[in-house]
Amino acid sequence: MATYYSEEHEWVTVEGDTATIGITQHAADQLGDIVFVEQKEAGDDFEKGDEIGVIESVKAASEIYAPVDGEVIEANEVLADNPGAMNESPEGDAWIYKIKLSDSSQLDDLMDLDGYKALIG
Amino acid sequence: MTDAPKRTPLYDLHVELGGKMVDFAGWEMPVQYPMGIMGEHKQCREKAALFDVSHMGQVILRGENVGEKLEGICPQAYATLKEGKARYGFFTNEEGGIMDDLIVSNAGDHYFVVVNAALRHQDIPHMRDNLDGVEVTEIFDRALVAVQGPAAENVVGELCPAARDMKFMETIVADINGVSCRISRLGYTGEDGYEISIPEDKAADVARAFLAHEDCEPAGLGARDSLRLEAGLCLYGNDIDQSTSPIEASLSWAIQKRRKEEGGFPGAARVQKELAEGAAKKLVGIKPTGRAPARQGVEIQCAEGNSIGAITSGCFGPTVGGPVAMGYVAAGHGEPGEKVNLIIRGKAQPAEIVSLPFVTQNYKR
Repeated sequence: MATYYSEEHEWVTVEGDTATIGITQHAADQLGDIVFVEQKEAGDDFEKGDEIGVIESVKAASEIYAPVDGEVIEANEVLADNPGAMNESPEGDAWIYKIKLSDSSQLDDLMDLDGYKALIG
Repeated sequence: MTDAPKRTPLYDLHVELGGKMVDFAGWEMPVQYPMGIMGEHKQCREKAALFDVSHMGQVILRGENVGEKLEGICPQAYATLKEGKARYGFFTNEEGGIMDDLIVSNAGDHYFVVVNAALRHQDIPHMRDNLDGVEVTEIFDRALVAVQGPAAENVVGELCPAARDMKFMETIVADINGVSCRISRLGYTGEDGYEISIPEDKAADVARAFLAHEDCEPAGLGARDSLRLEAGLCLYGNDIDQSTSPIEASLSWAIQKRRKEEGGFPGAARVQKELAEGAAKKLVGIKPTGRAPARQGVEIQCAEGNSIGAITSGCFGPTVGGPVAMGYVAAGHGEPGEKVNLIIRGKAQPAEIVSLPFVTQNYKR
């Protein structure tokens, strides 16, 4: 398993040709109290850069952009009932999607943890 | 606005308290503190919260018959506003739209006016041009701090016993920690509380003294917005603007009977016509049925699928425990209980028209 990070503050943990994606703790902290997450459904496919969901905090809505091409295998149901989980463990239980990767070479465009840490300073 | 954002006398305190600073109407203000908007909102509803509102414009009016002269530019009965009382109002334009909303206090030897931060540059010249023989002085050397919530009386009262005896919309001058302050029992949260005008060099000391009370925590503009929306209070620029009339904005309550009958303010013809015949649209409360918040600009459709208006303010209401919104709907719609749909990101989400406020106002009458 390897974890990659995007400039849009998402993490992608890869296992073979599938991956789990979510937002980083840094992103969750910046968003503040999360009250609603709009997700795609299993079977929906998307391309890198597509809007694949929306995270709403008390004050504002923020889009989630796909870090790679893929297809949704599973959307995390925990977020529908308890969106606040995304503030507690965005890099753990509050993952957003499990996806099937279409083109694993796109992972080369993402950062490793050191690169991401440098980005957020 | 290209100038660097201005800082209030409490800027250093905000930074020390971990405030997340943002540019708001040209001012560097805390949107939230480490507690977060949700926690700060609940703090205000359950105990007490302190807000820096020093970005708002504080103005002193001096002269003969200031109250009568204000009636020439506002639809409120300011000529009969008693000494020691404050009253909500607005400037109207010739078309009957709202130029800004404000609070006017009769301070005895002068009138004290508070206007929105973003409209100081419009309102001050507007008053200078239209209040003949009145000296209009914008105050730059005083902070404005709001202490709001059911524990506000204790927080402020421990340092200023006279504040305990005040009622809603009363204003006094009294010492807090040896500093002469103007204390007004009002606010923008739907809760009991005070807005306190403090000399700038003592403002941080007074704010710290309030925050030393175990029931008082700092809150930012984020919580201020969700609190006022749950309380059904309009935000200028969102819910009211130059084009909306007070009647459309459901602010008929803020125009006293004599002024409705006599007119004599800019745009009176439109206001009186809408009072008699109804307005083309009106501002209502809207409660989304699901969890998705409906933000400003979201289209409102009636049950038959026709577009009837748009959301002007919307957020998650921490006390309500779900999304809350306000918006305008066309005449013929807007009765509480009416089912509507909100078009959020292309999908119709069910919602219901509700009476405002969402949370019972808790004023000290």
